[in-house]
Amino acid sequence: MKLLNHTLSYLAIAFFLVIGIWAAFFYMNMLDEIYDSIDDGLENSKILIIQKAEQDSTIINRTNFMESNYAIHEISAAQATAFRDVYIDSTMYMVNEKDFEPVRMLKSAFRLSSGKYYQLQVISSMVEEDDLMEDLLYAIWWLYILLLVSILVINNVLLKKIWKPFYHILERLRGFDVERQESTKDIETKVAEFNVLNESVTALLERTTTSFHSQKQFIENASHELQTPLAIGINKLELLAEKTTSDLELREISDVIQTLQRLTRLNKTLLLLSRIENKQFTDTKIVDLNKLADQVISDLSDLAQYKSVQVLCIHESTFTQTMNPELASIMLSNLIKNSIVHNFEGGSVEVRIIDAAIVIENTSKVSALEESKIFKRFYKNTSANTSTGLGLAIVKSIADLYGFKISYHSQTQKHSFKIAFHRSV
Amino acid sequence: MKILVIEDEAEMQEVISKSLEREMFLVETAHDFPSAMGKISMYDYDCILLDIMLPGGSGLAVLEELKRLKKSGSVIIISAKNAVDDKVKGLNLGADDYLAKPFHLAELTARVKSVIRRKSLDGQNVIELNNLSINMNDRTVVVNGKHLVLNRKEFDILSYFVSNKNRLINKTALAEYIWGDNIDQSDDFEFIYSQIKNLRKKLKDSSAEAEIQAVYGIGYKFIVS
Repeated sequence: MKLLNHTLSYLAIAFFLVIGIWAAFFYMNMLDEIYDSIDDGLENSKILIIQKAEQDSTIINRTNFMESNYAIHEISAAQATAFRDVYIDSTMYMVNEKDFEPVRMLKSAFRLSSGKYYQLQVISSMVEEDDLMEDLLYAIWWLYILLLVSILVINNVLLKKIWKPFYHILERLRGFDVERQESTKDIETKVAEFNVLNESVTALLERTTTSFHSQKQFIENASHELQTPLAIGINKLELLAEKTTSDLELREISDVIQTLQRLTRLNKTLLLLSRIENKQFTDTKIVDLNKLADQVISDLSDLAQYKSVQVLCIHESTFTQTMNPELASIMLSNLIKNSIVHNFEGGSVEVRIIDAAIVIENTSKVSALEESKIFKRFYKNTSANTSTGLGLAIVKSIADLYGFKISYHSQTQKHSFKIAFHRSV
Repeated sequence: MKILVIEDEAEMQEVISKSLEREMFLVETAHDFPSAMGKISMYDYDCILLDIMLPGGSGLAVLEELKRLKKSGSVIIISAKNAVDDKVKGLNLGADDYLAKPFHLAELTARVKSVIRRKSLDGQNVIELNNLSINMNDRTVVVNGKHLVLNRKEFDILSYFVSNKNRLINKTALAEYIWGDNIDQSDDFEFIYSQIKNLRKKLKDSSAEAEIQAVYGIGYKFIVS
């Protein structure tokens, strides 16, 4: 739900309660006022009738309401002295409405100069409470609807205009890509909070971008700076190895060289990763993936033979992909190499090229791997120190670069990786 | 054979020089841009090893100056930047080869010998070693006047050995040379052993006067007396 309409839902409830309570009070007050004024009228009529009764004796004989609005009955003195004026609600048959309608009645007693006591009933037509209530309810209902609609309209027109900078900032955050240089757009607003928000967001994004770039730069520089000392170390040891005559020393030197080579590999791989992520592989070609798969498998055939792993390539479909050929080759060879290395003697690797996807499945002694972890850097399933733990991270970063989908799937003693390429149009 | 090593890192310069001197090359050095420019304008070299990042200027400018002076020597760029565009730029400017740091000394020796051979032998490119005769262009080997049939990888290994005869060859260096950079990570390169075994057997069967010796832990030595 949008922020604008979110407030409306609360307002709707609040208005409902406020208007409801107000309506009840209003209705009661109004009714009270009506009774008051009718009762005053009845009182007045009573006085007029009593005065007239003194002069006109025919009035005393009106025992029925008929066309007039009063009736008089004679009563005993005892009854009269005990009588108090009462106003009561009653109903009376109305000829015009052909129905019983509510009336207000004043019952009173009086004594004429003749010494006789009479009871007087004066009536006045009353408001029909149910009709009044119905009208009032309708009016309130319309008021309520009108209020909500006007708030909705005001929200969407006026507030939208006022909140425009906010949505602008929101859009900017949503579209933020740390890799992309974005142009900072100024937001025009008089609202102090929005200005502060905009400044904070701008500062935050700038900081993020700067630290991201400097970190990337650092990794690349560090890797480059490491190359020369590594080269010196390895080359000096190689010279030393040629000088020495002792077998033991040779072994020690060899161990150090191996370690430095591991460091070199790690360094090269990190550099490769940072170059992929810095999008430095810009030249693209149409890569024939069927051909490439065959090529990679043939390059790795010596390794497969040594490991006694059978590599099979099944071309179910043919397809090409526009991408950097070097990266395509690295991606496939990392995956296939992995499936050969993490295998057992006599195991097999099956490379299946299906419609716009490549599936590489291998047998393994290792049970299922954790999909959330395998593509992370430096993830190692085995403690083999020859592995850099970066092979799959590279595959993932290449896939991410081009937007390919890479997935891992495992079933009993079998692991499979699938790269879904872009379907050619 | 005279080689100029243009490299600002003193220790790097020293190991390269020492290694090349063992191969009986005459090695001179330059440690920055002005000294490099001075040397190339005054002398001729058979091969120049050129670092791209130099104090006082770019190695690429040195390369441009070399071409302007129409010097005949081969140039191998050695750089810590294994970036494709640097490589392409260097090769376009007329460098003969490109080697990324860190490299193996055996690899460097092989490259140096290869570029010198290409220039000096007028396209002949045949290496004679005792009773072995290796034609690098046709990729054929003749032992005692008889043809020795080698597969592609066996020939690559032999040519690498020949360039580094009587020297210790690291098996990683060999594997990277034959199987390419992407081979890394795959264990300890034991799988190259079967190819070596075949080559050794073929050399022995044809009674070639050269022998491949395994050196424990490190790799191999190609012994030519």
